[in-house]
Amino acid sequence: MTEDAGGKTGRIVRIAGPVVGVTGLEAVRLFDVVHVGELGLVGEVIRLAHDLAVVQVYEETAGLRVGEPVINTGLPLVAQLGPGLLGQIYDGLQRPLTVLQTLSGNFIDRGVSPFPLPQETRWPFTPRVRTGEVVSGGDILGTVPETPVITHAVLVPPGVHGRVADINAGDLTIDEIVAVIEADPETDGRTHEVRLRQAWPVRQPRPVRERLPARQPLVTGTRVIDAFFPVARGGTAIVPGGFGTGKTVLEQALARWAGVDVVIYVGCGERGNEIADVLEEFPALEDPHTGLPLMNRTILIANTSNMPVAAREASIYTGITLGEYYRDMGYDVLLLADSTSRWGEALREISGRLEEIPGEEGYPAYLAARLSEFYERSGRVICLGSDGADAGAEDEAAGRRTGSLTLIGAVSPPGGDFSEPITQSSMTVVGALWALDYSLSRRRHFPAVSWTQSYTLYDLRRWYAANVADDWSDLVQEAMALLQRADELQEIVQIVGPEALSEMEHLLLLVARMIQEDFLQQSSFEASDRYSPLEKTYWMLRVLLAYYHHCRAALEAGAGLEQLRGLPEVAQIARVREVPPDQVIPLLKGLDERLRGSAAGGSVGV
Amino acid sequence: MKAELAPPSLVTKEYRTVSQIRGPLIFIERTSEIAYHEMVEIIDPEGRVRLGRVLEVNGNHGIVQVFAGTTGLDLRATRVRFRGDVARLDVSLAMLGRVLDGTGQPIDGGPLIVPEASLDINGAPINPTVRTHPSEFIQTGISAIDGLNTLTRGQKLPIFSGAGLPANELAAQIAAQARVLGRQGQEAEPFAVVFAAIGVTHREVSFFVDQFQASGATERTVLFVNRADDPSVLRLMTARAALTAAEYLAFTHGLHVLVIMTDMTNYCEALREVAAAREEVPGRRGYPGYMYSDLASLYERAGRIRGSPGSVTQLVILTMPDDDITHPIPDLTGYITEGQIVLSRDLHRQGIYPPVDILPSLSRQMKAGIGEGKTRADHRFLADQLYALYARGRDLRRLVAIIGEAALSAEERLILDFADRLEQRFISQGKTNRSIDETLDLAWALLDPLPPEMLKRIPDALIRQRRGGAEDSA
Repeated sequence: MTEDAGGKTGRIVRIAGPVVGVTGLEAVRLFDVVHVGELGLVGEVIRLAHDLAVVQVYEETAGLRVGEPVINTGLPLVAQLGPGLLGQIYDGLQRPLTVLQTLSGNFIDRGVSPFPLPQETRWPFTPRVRTGEVVSGGDILGTVPETPVITHAVLVPPGVHGRVADINAGDLTIDEIVAVIEADPETDGRTHEVRLRQAWPVRQPRPVRERLPARQPLVTGTRVIDAFFPVARGGTAIVPGGFGTGKTVLEQALARWAGVDVVIYVGCGERGNEIADVLEEFPALEDPHTGLPLMNRTILIANTSNMPVAAREASIYTGITLGEYYRDMGYDVLLLADSTSRWGEALREISGRLEEIPGEEGYPAYLAARLSEFYERSGRVICLGSDGADAGAEDEAAGRRTGSLTLIGAVSPPGGDFSEPITQSSMTVVGALWALDYSLSRRRHFPAVSWTQSYTLYDLRRWYAANVADDWSDLVQEAMALLQRADELQEIVQIVGPEALSEMEHLLLLVARMIQEDFLQQSSFEASDRYSPLEKTYWMLRVLLAYYHHCRAALEAGAGLEQLRGLPEVAQIARVREVPPDQVIPLLKGLDERLRGSAAGGSVGV
Repeated sequence: MKAELAPPSLVTKEYRTVSQIRGPLIFIERTSEIAYHEMVEIIDPEGRVRLGRVLEVNGNHGIVQVFAGTTGLDLRATRVRFRGDVARLDVSLAMLGRVLDGTGQPIDGGPLIVPEASLDINGAPINPTVRTHPSEFIQTGISAIDGLNTLTRGQKLPIFSGAGLPANELAAQIAAQARVLGRQGQEAEPFAVVFAAIGVTHREVSFFVDQFQASGATERTVLFVNRADDPSVLRLMTARAALTAAEYLAFTHGLHVLVIMTDMTNYCEALREVAAAREEVPGRRGYPGYMYSDLASLYERAGRIRGSPGSVTQLVILTMPDDDITHPIPDLTGYITEGQIVLSRDLHRQGIYPPVDILPSLSRQMKAGIGEGKTRADHRFLADQLYALYARGRDLRRLVAIIGEAALSAEERLILDFADRLEQRFISQGKTNRSIDETLDLAWALLDPLPPEMLKRIPDALIRQRRGGAEDSA
């Protein structure tokens, strides 16, 4: 990003916010990175017209003058990839924020671009190939233990093919040569020196060998998602919701507990204080899967709302490129973007400064195309490479290395109205929608995922049947139907009053409320409740429905609803969320047995 | 923060090439090497000087936004002088107790401020890694806020008001009552109030001045005043000047600064006015597409910095046009700020003060600012329980309006009654200053008539502790 390719120099002729016009740049290409003005602000060429190059500048442009020089690096915007990424906190241009602080203090200065990766650290490199072997793009040359939970695979860069002429071992810095891959006349005939560090243009998807269908769920530990609206590994989901509906809390819960190897959290136009919260909490939090600090598998990208708007546009691409890189090693990666609306607004703002003809609500006409391109970079894949070996994840595609990249984007629709362009354009491409509902969040029903508006297109029934319980899908279906019916009954009550309902219908309303309060609600802050394993989710749902069946039988046998409401099991169910994880399954199984036993036996038991 | 002095203006350039005057903007031809956002002096035909700022440079012409309005300017005699620097504010600890205009000039008849530093009013983003998460409880003495929407140091919390609702009264009361608890006996942490009046009436300005005097806070207050009849584009400067002063007092002098800005709706109108004069492509309701980024550049200037004793807390007032919370101004604000306090016309009509509608209100920093050692261990459970029951109570009220109270179950009647008592006894408190203990005890008292099964949000142990032996007889 910072290498100067002996570049050509131009001059500033126009400045309007983050958009700067430059003349005199020869041989400049679209999306070349340039250094603007005396301060050397980082920018990217986004339009060429005759002699004029239009540049979006990633830093504040106040004080910039017409006539100041602009230097072309001749390179596109790239992400630096290599060991040392995990645990880092970057801005949208992959500048490490902790290093930035030592250079420019508490406030971010302009024109400071420290290198994204630690250049001094020596990494113990263990080779996996020998001299003379033939390798091609995506093959694993060797590994480096990056963190206690992630082994970093050093990959042959895509497009490189040839014979290993030399392979190194031992403690290496990111700039030292790991392997020399010798000219292969059939490809480009060049000798490649591979280092621990590689660069990749952020706007270009990294290649894969083959895409696989999405068949496994991404287990999130959030009941309403895992049970009702699961997303597949390698799938996509959006979380639209007005402000205060709990988008950020939900995204952070997913970042903490989702069953993946690597999490990339992109705070795109996010609140600084919330980033501070993440930064303080993540190093202290334990990964429920490994018991080690979460930062061992997390990369944070923080481009707060007051940081320059163009860098916000870039932050999404930086994040997804890092995600693809770990996917290529064979890991399951989750990228969370909070919020894609801020990214769309950055596009709109820059488009406005370019005086483009606007589409709907002022957004550029290419908004939907950009969103689709972004979400299509997700997927479960067979990684590039000729090897069958595997660096991390379980391989299941005929001994191949597989990885996945799941994308979850928060959407902040103005006024909470989902008919706006970003929500609508995203809905046409994503596989799951978790709609957050004001009426739920206002009564502090969290996560405020609406069970009527949300959906998933992933059919994961076979996986659940094979891995959790045969009747998983039946239970889910029954609970959903019950909630649906309860909403209809509520409407009747609103019009004609509760006495119009039968006892059986009152029972249904009661159980629907129990499902809402005791199952769908989940506290992100209570240790006993914030992560719900699939087994617990299953038994909770099973017990609730067992109670329903038990009461139906009892009502038919002549019991009164008030009696059934007062069953000791009701109070116990209501307290399940407070029960410590090691005691909850036996408790639930006991409840299930009691309720089912009495229902099956026909004895009312009240 | 870099506290560098303004470089001497060696490169002052003067032009007589004004080609167009349009609204608050003037267009100047044949300029050379002027800077984006550079400050400009405009000398009108009578020789009077007004200030402006470069909004766009394109080749050899520039667009300048004139703060004092363009009335009286012409194309022939008007001269334009470029200062060679961006807008700066002279700052000093001696600003405390002073009244300044939107450019930082004293308007209280007192002496000029002798600057300790001269700072770019646009500030710079705080590096997110040096922020500390706001978690120190600020006791405002208002139950609806302390109990249910807790404010913390370094937070930005707006009050969404409507025309005629008592937002100013509430803000003044908070400014007078706000305390940080914890350190017993030594409550004398240095604090200051920075108040930005943005496009408000003389009446409102004098209301706040009187309030600050009455509470004895004048000596600790810096007032930035842009009145309703002052040039509207100066509103854009007033907010930035106030925040620059606040950051300086907080992070250089270690004060705990409460910034009150009223009324952000006027600020946004000014932003729209400038955008329209430049013939920009308008976004929703004519507001510019970059309004989110622009507001964020203000609101994000709240916070705490690790290793620095001071803090900037923002209490921002805005008027929702037609009480519409989905209007772009409250909507974009709510997406940036850490929650919102929403005032309700219904409650106001019933004579409830402060008329806080707790359902749409929210404090995002609440969970960090409450609990054992900060407020009380039972705080969060009580707040959740009050919210859950009140939300049901409000639903039931609608139901009762249709089908009558007779159709309700006994449980539903308890909830309905609870909602009424919450409004009348808990939210409504007039000008009293309640401690957090009083607020939470009051919350328990509201819940007393309800059986424990209805209190699903409160752990059993806490309910037993509260009710003790009384449970057996119930």
